[in-house]
Amino acid sequence: MRQSNIGWLFLTPATLILFVVGFVPFIYILYVGFFDWNTNAVDPTLRWAGLQNYRSLVFDTTFLNSLARTLVFAFFVVVSELLLGYVLARALMADRLWGRQFFRTIHTLPIVVAPIAVGATWRLLCVPGFGIVPYYLKLWFGIDYNISTNAYHAFVTAIIMDLWHWTPFVTLSLMAGLTALPKEPLEQAQIDGGNKLQIFWYVIVPMLKPVLLTTVFIRLMDALRSVDEIWMLTKGGPAESTRFIGLHIWINVFPKTDYGYGAAMSLLTLYVTIVLSWLLFVAMTGRKGGAQ
Amino acid sequence: MRRSGIASFVLWICLTILTLLPVWWMLVVSMRPRVKLYSKSFLIDDLYWNNFLAVLNSSTFLQYLLNSLIVATSNAALVCALGLLAAFGLSRYKIGGGDNVFFWLITNRMAPPAVFLLPLFLLFTKWFVFGDFMLFDTKIGLILLYCVFNLPFAVWLLKGMLDGIPLELDEAARVDGATTGQVLSNVILPLARPGLAVTFILTWIFAWNEYLFAATLTSSANARTVTTALAEYVSVTGTNWGEMAAMAFLTTLPALIVLGFVQKHIVTGLTFGALKG
Repeated sequence: MRQSNIGWLFLTPATLILFVVGFVPFIYILYVGFFDWNTNAVDPTLRWAGLQNYRSLVFDTTFLNSLARTLVFAFFVVVSELLLGYVLARALMADRLWGRQFFRTIHTLPIVVAPIAVGATWRLLCVPGFGIVPYYLKLWFGIDYNISTNAYHAFVTAIIMDLWHWTPFVTLSLMAGLTALPKEPLEQAQIDGGNKLQIFWYVIVPMLKPVLLTTVFIRLMDALRSVDEIWMLTKGGPAESTRFIGLHIWINVFPKTDYGYGAAMSLLTLYVTIVLSWLLFVAMTGRKGGAQ
Repeated sequence: MRRSGIASFVLWICLTILTLLPVWWMLVVSMRPRVKLYSKSFLIDDLYWNNFLAVLNSSTFLQYLLNSLIVATSNAALVCALGLLAAFGLSRYKIGGGDNVFFWLITNRMAPPAVFLLPLFLLFTKWFVFGDFMLFDTKIGLILLYCVFNLPFAVWLLKGMLDGIPLELDEAARVDGATTGQVLSNVILPLARPGLAVTFILTWIFAWNEYLFAATLTSSANARTVTTALAEYVSVTGTNWGEMAAMAFLTTLPALIVLGFVQKHIVTGLTFGALKG
């Protein structure tokens, strides 16, 4: 490592672009958040509102509900994807699995499907009257499955759709992490007579921590941001049961053009995301700061 | 051992069917004429291409496809170039506040897209206007925009990879009189090539798949991408399932083809600099 300002030279282009498309908008939204500004209102001019937008947010149950719903969704999705992804990764790495490359390719496939197409596809599968899922659930199990009237069905479908789409990503990165693990500690633990669970918890998990952390971070952020899939699947319904925060903000900002309020909402969501990631980081590493 | 092998194989077949089912159903529906749409059979009865032809013959779809191709490829190239430079800076130099810069880069990916949508919409239509040229509804606008989420990802991925290249190689080259530029192009670049390829592919796919920015910050065939075409299509015709499925399939196809070529390398490329931390 050389101590030098030349390092900055290499960072400049990337920083510059992110400054323009990332930081400037961020400052701008900070500014807009203090204003009352709705281009569809009778009086569409910017009016100083101080903290009014934030004050209303704290009492806005639609917003708070959608935030809470998003957190529940993200929690379920991230936890199940980790568990499922780990099992799949181990299974896909087994030496005696015949046709391993074939299965690996198949289980990578959902990652590359555009979220918007994923939403469209799952709608094809699940839409009442037309899709095969409601039809066969009724035929085989007698379940009246209907994502356009039943809030729970819609929510669960959103979770399953996300599992389908993103478990392969978790599988892939865990496979990468597992491949890179040194073999000696594992063999040592086996010689010392550890059972499978002990080896998993005391040997594999600690060594896998950096990969786990990165994977959880990426998945958490993306689960908190997802908009397009849900939009195509249910449009947020029925009765707002799948209106996650990204979608909620989008609806407020664009169709409703409530800019000031939308800005305040966006910022609050961003803070929640950052605090959550930070807590997670501290909980998983025991460290208080700094990148991994 | 033998029996558990067979059991796991059967399990894999089931999982594979589950994974493929949505995509298969998309294909099945896309090949059905209107009258057969409500059939619940899982099979493609006959090859009916009219849905695909209708989509491909629509006036704008091919233009949207071309836009997507240009935007995704340019963005991935830009992101890889800048990402490599930034990762090199972060990995090889001790930068004052380097950890903070790194973290700041990542926070750009953390933000819900909705956070950026509003200010960027306002900036693109009101601020970043040079004479007749404004960034709203241009491919350049989208190419720059996709850096918001792709560049942090690329820097993150590439830094891990560069950290994995032994510093001694740099030093050796420097002792032999190589300049920093030569170290970068003759030592780092060849070794980072597999990682760079994975980064390129993944960012390309992310850019290809992006919907929300594209939908909000474009308004005409000038810059609209295939994902917006699909969403537009659904809201306009609503129930024309056959054509919708065909369109969804066509939107996905390029990314699937790309995946087919590189699948093997993704796992090796995705180590995120694991264990180097």
